[in-house]
Amino acid sequence: MIGYLLRRLGYALPIMLGVSFLCFMLVYLAPGDPLVSILPADASAELQKQMMQLYGFDRPLIEQFVRWLWRALQGDLGHSIATSRPVVDEVFKAVGNTLMIAVLATLIGFTLGALFGFVAGYFRNSWGDRLASFVSVIGVSLPNYWLGMVLVIVFSAQLMWLPATGAGPGGSGSWTWDWEHVQYLILPALTMSFIPMGIVARTVRALVADILSQEFVVGLRARGLGEWGVFKHVVKNCAPTALAVMGLQLGYLLGGSILIETVFSWPGTGFLLNQAIFQRDLPLLQGTILVLALFFVALNLLVDVLQTIFDPRIERG
Amino acid sequence: MSMKLPKQTPATALSRFALALSLAIGCTTAAEAAEKVLRIGMTAGDIPRTLGQPDQGYEGNRFTGITLYDSLTQWDLSSGDKASVLIPGLAESWSVDPADQTKWIFKLRPDVTFHDGSPFNADAVVWNVDKVLNKDAPQYDPSQIGVTASRMPTLRSARKVDELTVELTTSEPDSFLPYNLTNLFMASPSHWQAKADALPASVADPAARSQQAWAAFAADSSGTGPFKQARFVPRERLEIVANTDYWDAKRRPQIDRVVLLPLPEASARTAALMSGQVDWIEAPAPDSIDAIKARGYKLYSNLQPHLWPWQFSLLPESPFHDKQVRQAANLCVNREELKALLSGQMEPATGVVEPGDPWRGNPSFQVRYDVAAGQKLMQAAGYSASKPAKVKVQTSASGSGQMQPLPMNEYIQQNLRDCYFDVEFDVLEWNTLYSSWRLGAKDPAAHGADATNVSAAVMDPFFAMVRFVSSKALPPVSNNWGYYIDEKTDALVEKARTTFDEQARNEALGELHANIVDEAPFLFVAHDVGPRALSAKIGNVVQPRSWFIDIATMTLD
Repeated sequence: MIGYLLRRLGYALPIMLGVSFLCFMLVYLAPGDPLVSILPADASAELQKQMMQLYGFDRPLIEQFVRWLWRALQGDLGHSIATSRPVVDEVFKAVGNTLMIAVLATLIGFTLGALFGFVAGYFRNSWGDRLASFVSVIGVSLPNYWLGMVLVIVFSAQLMWLPATGAGPGGSGSWTWDWEHVQYLILPALTMSFIPMGIVARTVRALVADILSQEFVVGLRARGLGEWGVFKHVVKNCAPTALAVMGLQLGYLLGGSILIETVFSWPGTGFLLNQAIFQRDLPLLQGTILVLALFFVALNLLVDVLQTIFDPRIERG
Repeated sequence: MSMKLPKQTPATALSRFALALSLAIGCTTAAEAAEKVLRIGMTAGDIPRTLGQPDQGYEGNRFTGITLYDSLTQWDLSSGDKASVLIPGLAESWSVDPADQTKWIFKLRPDVTFHDGSPFNADAVVWNVDKVLNKDAPQYDPSQIGVTASRMPTLRSARKVDELTVELTTSEPDSFLPYNLTNLFMASPSHWQAKADALPASVADPAARSQQAWAAFAADSSGTGPFKQARFVPRERLEIVANTDYWDAKRRPQIDRVVLLPLPEASARTAALMSGQVDWIEAPAPDSIDAIKARGYKLYSNLQPHLWPWQFSLLPESPFHDKQVRQAANLCVNREELKALLSGQMEPATGVVEPGDPWRGNPSFQVRYDVAAGQKLMQAAGYSASKPAKVKVQTSASGSGQMQPLPMNEYIQQNLRDCYFDVEFDVLEWNTLYSSWRLGAKDPAAHGADATNVSAAVMDPFFAMVRFVSSKALPPVSNNWGYYIDEKTDALVEKARTTFDEQARNEALGELHANIVDEAPFLFVAHDVGPRALSAKIGNVVQPRSWFIDIATMTLD
């Protein structure tokens, strides 16, 4: 197991280096000016040139990358051009905020998705299957920003039951786990859970249907194992794939949904990325993408390890 | 010693919870009654910088500039009926040296203190000029240059004469300097120094020390403005509280606390207002205006010093090189219908400024909707339905101050077809568009365009007119994108710039403006009206003809 872990870590290192190179360079492909946040539109080209020199953006890209990587390896992702605040602080605060809704959305999505998937897979072609499949298709098909807006209109603007925007009455800086704050989580997390719910439901349905048709299930039943016993075997066989799917979904959610977080003004990674993109805040953009990409790599690694624990044949393979 | 609590049943737990909840609600209500809190949803995606030179355009100046800070001169925001004019701020008076018109003497207001208690004086002014102009000053901050230096293009240095007198020097005689100085906010040198002194010695690089000291200052700022910074949650909220010792008794805030929230998405902003999360939103979603009014909110708007134009290329290969073609385009846009298209959220533009403005002058060419007159001019220029003028226009799909560029441009395209124009659009991303704007019509980035659609703030004479029409403002110096070069215009610019008497300068600017309308280097289309929706409980609201609004004089029931 330790050898497998080290081997997987070894694979992850070049991936991380490649990711850091890509996320540094990709932002330069976008049109526009890296100093847009501190240079108004009416600033002259002369002043812009002077500022580019002051910020070092006139240096060769490779030189800029090496400097950036060297600092990043020491935990310094630079300072935001727009705010002068350290990028590391900005990114990790946003990751924490996104983590709150992502984990809640994952819990909702995975629970409901697994429920619908099992019902649909176990009772294929029944009305329960049709209903569960319909809900899962809705989940993957509805644009989630639209769903978010509808939820806001209904529950905030019309019924006035839940807040429309923000991360608590005093912002995320004074978050506590009480109703006054938790109510701010509900609409964004619910909106965010729809897609993973649909995907997990469809995956689990297909898996359950496939497993139930396999010979070992017939064998188990022939040996007199009850439905509960068979169900446990189905769950165990479904788990590695369902976990992998859910891990990927959690990875996507941790990246934050730009649209959902913008609709709800939730100060997570999606909201931060949106700001960084609009302000062409390159250090912030590069830092955020890097941290999220590394999270994704780490999460994949974790899922691989968990899969191996559930199914040791993977390690041997 | 331990105390045994009685066993808690679900019913007792529930009743305790209900009691705690009602007490909490009661306390909150009492606290809210004691403190008047105004909550504002801004269009900005982030809290505008609080260090004294805000970003996020003029919305930044509106909410973290004039609230927390003062400048030597300031805009009069007390009337919604006339154009906003310049009035004394931290300077009580100013005058140019008659012997050397590049030198100005500013007499400072006595007995003004920063929020940290340190005195405002001539040293503070010199220090604040140095923060953006003197590379050798410890407080020099490149991140503040962009929004400052470009808005006071001729200021070069400051010198203390005595405790309450400073001398400012410009690169050339420039009567517009007092207008430009509304953009230089006075931050507390003592407070900044305290932040710098608190930095660890390991931060040795002067540039890094300055950057980190300013970042610390932004988190806990100190100006002289009517509000003081109280709580700052980056990217989420800024809370500012009344400065009860503010030097201008008429502008001592009536509202105890103002909470500023960045809500960049229009529908989210509108929902926040409708759900009672905020009391005021900037730029409500146009299609929600009726619903907002139906809920009892008040909608305010007024003509802003803003221009949504097409800036023409006057290069020889452009059809707009011909003045008749430029004037014809101005006669063929039905601005009233365009206003209806925008649900009334614009004012038709008949110049850079409108009648009633002290800089309007008396143009001989009247910008109006007159297709027959436009067609006549086009025929005189050699165009017809069978031989239209093919023009390419650069625009963006969105952007700050661009209003609704695509539907507006498509409407103009249809209008101009009636006057023998064949308009093609080159739609760029907003930042790309204005990067191209800086480089001018000759640059490859212009893609051979005959006009560019970049909206502009037109607050002061330089920004309203000079930068577009002076031959000294050709790219890369400033925004004369279309290479408009005209001796008469240059002479009028020079006259206005060197006229130091206010009345005479307004007349000179009127002449310059009339000349600009007559020469039509722009297709004058629209002015923004800065719509905002406010709760009826906010009183004494004056929406001036300005980008700014004075929260200090408002009340809250």
